[in-house]
Amino acid sequence: MKRDLVSIHDISKDEMLEIIRRAAYFEKHPISEILKGRVIASLFFEPSTRTRLSFESAINHLGGRVIGFSDTKATSQTKGETLNDTIRVVSNYCDMIVMRHPIEGASRFASEVSSVPVVNAGDGANQHPSQTLLDLYSIYKTQGRLDGINIMMVGDLKYGRTVHSLLQALSHFKAHFTFVSPKELNLPDEYKEFLKVNGQSFYETEDIMECMNEADILYMTRVQRERFPDPMEYEKVKDTYILKKEMLDRTKPNMKILHPLPRVNEIALDVDNSDHAYYFEQTRNGMFTRMGIISYLSEINGIVEPFNFD
Amino acid sequence: MSTEKEFLKVRAIKNGTVIDHIPASAVFNVIKLLELDKVENEIIFGTNLGSKLMDKKALIKIVDKYFGEDELSYLALVAPMASVSTIKDFEVVEKHKIQPPKEVNGYVCCANPMCITNKEDICTHFTVTLKESGELALKCRYCEKETRINSLKLIK
Ligand SMILES: [Zn+2]
Repeated sequence: MKRDLVSIHDISKDEMLEIIRRAAYFEKHPISEILKGRVIASLFFEPSTRTRLSFESAINHLGGRVIGFSDTKATSQTKGETLNDTIRVVSNYCDMIVMRHPIEGASRFASEVSSVPVVNAGDGANQHPSQTLLDLYSIYKTQGRLDGINIMMVGDLKYGRTVHSLLQALSHFKAHFTFVSPKELNLPDEYKEFLKVNGQSFYETEDIMECMNEADILYMTRVQRERFPDPMEYEKVKDTYILKKEMLDRTKPNMKILHPLPRVNEIALDVDNSDHAYYFEQTRNGMFTRMGIISYLSEINGIVEPFNFD
Repeated sequence: MSTEKEFLKVRAIKNGTVIDHIPASAVFNVIKLLELDKVENEIIFGTNLGSKLMDKKALIKIVDKYFGEDELSYLALVAPMASVSTIKDFEVVEKHKIQPPKEVNGYVCCANPMCITNKEDICTHFTVTLKESGELALKCRYCEKETRINSLKLIK
């Protein structure tokens, strides 16, 4: 049975832990041959250099080969070929498809028509499950656990899909959430409802300093000008959610700062030298996490022999 | 003009189904969801009728046609207050209780303009959820966004 990774809702808590375990294994043993002789298609219907390089590096580290495209300018998409046809054709040539697409739900549809597993590397504003899993791996690595984490999420909580996916994933592990955002970008009610139904505790504030010193993880996101209907409102809040080094004086020693990157100005450069900064290591964790994801789906799909990852 | 007189304007049928208390604004959606535009049976309908229960109602009578609970469940999406009666020999022999469907396949458009189902020729699939407010919502299998029942649009 082929398995896809389209949405963070597709995988159980046990599977999340399995992928984290594999990520840790590959971090210790980054050169592997388990995908030797296999071909993975990397289909980027919109450019995303960072994500593409991370996936393609992961495939290469596993000994697999990559085919594909990094934008649609040179493909038959521009000639009006449907997604259905592209996926049905490409799935004849490869053992797995990694795809990024600007339209929401494109990956789910692709997984239904593809004969090989599909990994969603982002479908518009919808899902980007490998980002969520690498966030979990980063939390696990820095805190030594996933249970009972005190996490503070800052910035655009309304449109930030990384925030929405991460809070849903962490709800398996009884986290305590603090949400810090301007009121225009508050967490939507449906996610608060989700947390309540799942018995998670959370607190909302507009003040970034209020709960800073209790946090284990500080998850920063971009506040983008175009999200504000009124530019005056943006001007009012834009400097309120900038993290500066002196704000970190009394934080817990284990506290780490994560950011899905790229950043604009929300983390001042002087924070980079702080022991709390973790966002560059986080991207490195992304490659190992993607090795974990690809190896896990390959094994379920019978591409590789079961391999002992302990 | 009393409701009774209005009711009589829509003549009685001997055998078939009577769907009453349809909001007048929803009558064409009911026709589409029950695919009444595709059946050969004799159909009588009245709309913009006065009603004690609602502002303006519509009423549809379909001669010699009977519906399964699955088909009728779709009425919960557009006319949750509708009452459905089976008529045999001019008598009401059964009143159906409309239960919302668990899933909706096709018929309804996803409200998210960025959804793949609005960009390519793909059949929609939704699971039906009950919100805390008591309102029904349709969750799209593809974009994972909810379409609210009060902004529901049917596929042309
Ligand atoms: Zn949709």
